[in-house]
Amino acid sequence: MYSLPYYPFFVKDIFRQGCVFFSEYPFIGRNRLSQTRLGGGGTGYFLAAVTAASLIYGAYSGNLQAVSAAALGECSHAAALSLELLGTLCLWSGISAVAEECGMTAWTARLLAPVLKLLFPTARRDEKVMKAISMNMTANLLGLGNAATPLGIKAMKELKRAGGNLPSATKDMALFVVINTASLQILPTTVATLRLGEGSPAPMDILPAVWLTGGLSLLAGILAAKIFCREAGS
Amino acid sequence: MTAFGVGDLAVPLAIVLVFLTAAIRKKDLFSVFLTGAKEGLATTASVLPALVLLMTVIGMARASGLLGLLTAAAAPLAERLGFPAEVLPLALLRPLSGSGALAFFEELLKEVGTESYEGRVAAVLMGGTETTFYTAAVYFGAAEVRKGNGAIPAALTADFAGTVASALAVHLFFR
Repeated sequence: MYSLPYYPFFVKDIFRQGCVFFSEYPFIGRNRLSQTRLGGGGTGYFLAAVTAASLIYGAYSGNLQAVSAAALGECSHAAALSLELLGTLCLWSGISAVAEECGMTAWTARLLAPVLKLLFPTARRDEKVMKAISMNMTANLLGLGNAATPLGIKAMKELKRAGGNLPSATKDMALFVVINTASLQILPTTVATLRLGEGSPAPMDILPAVWLTGGLSLLAGILAAKIFCREAGS
Repeated sequence: MTAFGVGDLAVPLAIVLVFLTAAIRKKDLFSVFLTGAKEGLATTASVLPALVLLMTVIGMARASGLLGLLTAAAAPLAERLGFPAEVLPLALLRPLSGSGALAFFEELLKEVGTESYEGRVAAVLMGGTETTFYTAAVYFGAAEVRKGNGAIPAALTADFAGTVASALAVHLFFR
């Protein structure tokens, strides 16, 4: 629904256009940037088109009353939703800060090191690169969204330096991005809070399913990266 | 001792583990927590405007029946994949827009309930996947890299696998 009008941009140059059209606040649990940047003109056209289509289709199908109610009332739902998530966000931001202060990030990074050496064979001897990567992964695992992005950016820069500053992504850089686009979070607190708010008796009962899904998706991503990504310069 | 699941254990255990470590290491738990928690306040404030806009638009589309039309159109394809048609728009929205997906998820929960098959698949999908295009744009942008070297197709493969896996996982654990 969203992607159709912009598809050519993805094909042409997702990175440049993607920044303009789709950059927005990446939601909670991974609170990466503190500014809401809801895309450029593309997003605006899309939203205008959807509201216009809703009005026309609502009038056609006789649901105009419901459309009007939604147009009036949904903003309060959004505010209520933010309020509901406010507690969760504060709690886990606080816990994350305590975990970081205790050096728990460093422990997990040490645990992850052997796996990362397997995944990034060309960078394994470069101490700085491996450290940056493992810190980013740890932050992701613990749901330290604020910390994960700057660490990931640092890892990307280190990977670029280690790969010889090429204009295109090296195999390691591509794999690193793929791993970051798969979800690594252990506790999906945002989702659980929303389920709790809608009356779920055990909002975290989805946990094993979430882990299985995240794990399979990550595995597929790593395998696909090993197939699709070529060694730079070849 | 009564039976409990991993889901009941995970959250309290995580909190106890972190707090105990802080106590053992003699860190100032209270003030460090408060400093961190303040960040949550700023984050929520920055997301609210986007949520107001996106939930209004999605709510209007849903109320008009437009979204139902889309779902019905996607149903045959979804069925072939063994995926609930109501959740399919969420799967398409998820890699593109984080707050859009969240707004849609909330609307969906209201409609189908949290304990339904559809509600669970949506929750698992939200928890087990990421805002792919955003993440890729930030990282490649920061590294000033023009060509992704296959990262986007690979990341989308991961998203597709996650989508299929979310339906399978709910089947596996809840039926």
